[in-house]
Amino acid sequence: MSVTAATIRPVIPAQTIAILILLALAFIAVPHLASPYVIEAILLPFLALSLAGLGLNLLTGYAGQVSLGSAAFMAVGAFAAYNFNLRLGLPLPVTLVLAATTAAAVGLVFGLPSLRLRGFYLAVSTLAAQFFVQWALTKFGWFSNNSPSGVIAAPSLAFAGLSFDTREGRYLLSLSIVTLVTFLVHRLVNGPEGVNLIAVRDNETSARVIGIPVLRTKLWAFALSSAIIGLAGVLWAFTYLRTVEPAGFNLDRSFQILFIAIIGGLATIRGAFLGAALIVVFPLLLARLSGFFFDGSIDAGVVKLVERIVLGTVIIAFLIAEPNGLSAMLDRATRRLRSLFGRS
Amino acid sequence: MTSAAFLRTIPAAVLLPEFSAAFDTTLPRAAVPDLALGLEGIELHFGGIRALKDVSLDLRAGEIRAVIGPNGAGKSSLVNVISGLYRPDRGRIVLNGRAFAHVPSQRLPQLGVARTFQNLALFPGLTVAQNIASGWVFRRRFGLLAHLAGLPAARRETRSVDDRVDQVAAFLGLSSHLDRPVATLPYGLQKQVELARALVAEPRLLLLDEPMAGLTATEKAEMTGHIRAVRESLGLAVILIEHDIGVVMDLSDRVAVLDHGSKIADGTPAEVRRDPDVIRAYLGAEAA
Amino acid sequence: MDWYAFLFAVEVAVGGLLSGVMYALVAIGFVLIYKTSGVLNFAQGSMVLFAALTFVSLVEHGVPFAGALLLTLAAMTALGFAIERTVLRPLANRSPMTLFMATLGLAYVIEGAAQLIWGTQVHRLDLGISNAPFEVGGIFISTFDLVAAGIAAAMVAILTAFFRFTRTGLSFRAVADDTFAAMAVGLRLNRIQAAVWTAAGAVALVAGLLWGARLGVQFSLSLIVLKALPVLVLGGFDSILGAIVAGLIIGASEKLAEVYLGPFVGGGIEGWFAYAVALVVLLVRPSGLFGKKLVERF
Repeated sequence: MSVTAATIRPVIPAQTIAILILLALAFIAVPHLASPYVIEAILLPFLALSLAGLGLNLLTGYAGQVSLGSAAFMAVGAFAAYNFNLRLGLPLPVTLVLAATTAAAVGLVFGLPSLRLRGFYLAVSTLAAQFFVQWALTKFGWFSNNSPSGVIAAPSLAFAGLSFDTREGRYLLSLSIVTLVTFLVHRLVNGPEGVNLIAVRDNETSARVIGIPVLRTKLWAFALSSAIIGLAGVLWAFTYLRTVEPAGFNLDRSFQILFIAIIGGLATIRGAFLGAALIVVFPLLLARLSGFFFDGSIDAGVVKLVERIVLGTVIIAFLIAEPNGLSAMLDRATRRLRSLFGRS
Repeated sequence: MTSAAFLRTIPAAVLLPEFSAAFDTTLPRAAVPDLALGLEGIELHFGGIRALKDVSLDLRAGEIRAVIGPNGAGKSSLVNVISGLYRPDRGRIVLNGRAFAHVPSQRLPQLGVARTFQNLALFPGLTVAQNIASGWVFRRRFGLLAHLAGLPAARRETRSVDDRVDQVAAFLGLSSHLDRPVATLPYGLQKQVELARALVAEPRLLLLDEPMAGLTATEKAEMTGHIRAVRESLGLAVILIEHDIGVVMDLSDRVAVLDHGSKIADGTPAEVRRDPDVIRAYLGAEAA
Repeated sequence: MDWYAFLFAVEVAVGGLLSGVMYALVAIGFVLIYKTSGVLNFAQGSMVLFAALTFVSLVEHGVPFAGALLLTLAAMTALGFAIERTVLRPLANRSPMTLFMATLGLAYVIEGAAQLIWGTQVHRLDLGISNAPFEVGGIFISTFDLVAAGIAAAMVAILTAFFRFTRTGLSFRAVADDTFAAMAVGLRLNRIQAAVWTAAGAVALVAGLLWGARLGVQFSLSLIVLKALPVLVLGGFDSILGAIVAGLIIGASEKLAEVYLGPFVGGGIEGWFAYAVALVVLLVRPSGLFGKKLVERF
């Protein structure tokens, strides 16, 4: 028996091997095999959104605090990285850490209401972050070095003599960051702090009475979640889009991240990846399908509306039929496969 | 594992780490030699309703003290006052030789108090082992960053928590369920997990709010055995809120009876059983 | 402060109070649903858009005003029943947060559907109410805003009377107070839920017409939900009175802040100022000004 997963099984479990193989493929095979389109239009946004979904999942899935302002922290991360690079010219890893720290600090401030408010009152108050941050970044030219409508462009991404400015370079940089953060989150949620997060989510009163530091746990959750989402914002701005404006981090983006967490499966790590994959691939698929079946006779605006309707329907369908998301579906599928192979 | 064996596995210093430090304030130790808990003139209002009226109660170390009374008599309110979830309007609570107008609920375990809840208050998203371990969190010395960095000392701490969880689980016969999600356990076992979570904190005072509610006769017998073993091996003082009169009379050293928020009787089970007020207010209904 | 500056401040405040009524109008739709089912219905904004778009499109297709009103009301009723059947019933007994997330999805569906059916272009909506300001004691008040406030007040009166005096209204309250007891005495929860969503649809229609006449009927109409949310948290999710008082507070303070504070920070603060006001109050009263304070039982 054990509280931590790591000490249960001394042998390397099959799941770890699967993940290592997946990582090897992602790091070695994908850069050589994937087409530019796949990297630019699918993998780069997928990685950034997965990371954002992972960050929100820490807060909403594990700690049970619903946030509707995730995009604000993406924006903070992106604009902080831009400014640290522009004004201090620090090495890339330092810039990244400082950007994450800035996002954590802002997240901490907007997480303070969670010490008093619960449920919907808290959820609505997180919207304050959404609107305030977007306003501040647009209003004060300093943040974007006085560029019109606050647009920032990604700097050159280089570190220790390596340049990450090529398509493959940006992909590898993104993948490395996502891998590292995911590993840390995995360690976190499977350790004692993970117990604290879930305890606070499941029964706050009981958690307080047995001496779990409820307030500290909530603030940690806000800070860490914001730091991770902030890093996701850096990836979004520097490796995927290359130029962004504050308007790109709007409420729709926040909802998109929330949807990733819900569809993927709350309180699971791989849920963020599964959800992000669906959210990124689905509109591309829809556009392809309409192009294929209707041969471009359907207006792009209409496709966008249909996309909205289908996305909304998918959310409702998941909440009704599979509240534990794609992650639970994957679980069932692997179990079925295993029993199938076990029998043969 | 027998209770005595369980006791031996826990060094005295761990069992009562702040023991000497706890008795240094306000009340001289000699005045109240073995007071585990003192309630003095507790008043509690909810709007216009007086839930507790001038209730005083004392509890000696190692004593099992039942608080009984009809529904709505204020029993749970009393437990919630002791554990700091409710703030009394008047009166004071003496814990650990210190007097409080309002017990700080988030420091309850540091004061040596652990409790269970009337309706289970476990964490359904965690396993049995994690639920029990959560009771020890307040003693952890290593925080988030140490664990993230994987410091050897932090790992050792985690392993020693695991050992403790194992011991308590063995003591209560929960060993075979440790890795199961707690929500999948039958109700009776969940009640025991909650007791385990309270015990792993190594409290000096245990508040049990209706530990028998919803249990079968077999489970009640088992739970009664556990409570008795806990008191005998660990020397805990226990406040027992309970409806099952048989259990109460069997287990407790002294019984306090609440009715409409007032204490109407207090004494040994035999005395309380004879008390005319009690018979009228509470036992009367069952005797009739 | 000289007299004219003072008059100007009063004028700003009155203008703010009147737009506060308009915020409250949207917020009341939320309160209706929250009171009976404990759900924060994020789709309320898209219902406003749906109602306004349906109405204005019908009028543009030559349907007379009254006919369009009735048809839109019928559409809102159909929508209410459809939502009950396809979303609420399958999600019965799930956590309020799950239901909230479902209404996020619902908002996407309704917004998308409304624009898919009626198109995405901006429609002008003329209710025949003059927009000319008139003067009272040196301050100018918009006729339209005053009429809108009057309509909102009438609607609140109707809703209050409905809850107080009609059988259906009383059963709403019974459900709100104790769902299980209400079911035990044979109230049909499904029907009541559908009726509440229909009522919220009717409120959305009124709000949609007034806001649509002001801003034009277009996608951004659904964003007034973002104006209603701080009003809701400030007033408490379950209080109609709270929605009105909070609407007034937020309307007035927002306009005053815009005029007197805005210039110092570059303007455009209306996007978040209401949230800041609500947050400050919430830190003192965590369930809003008029929200039910729950006594926790352990």
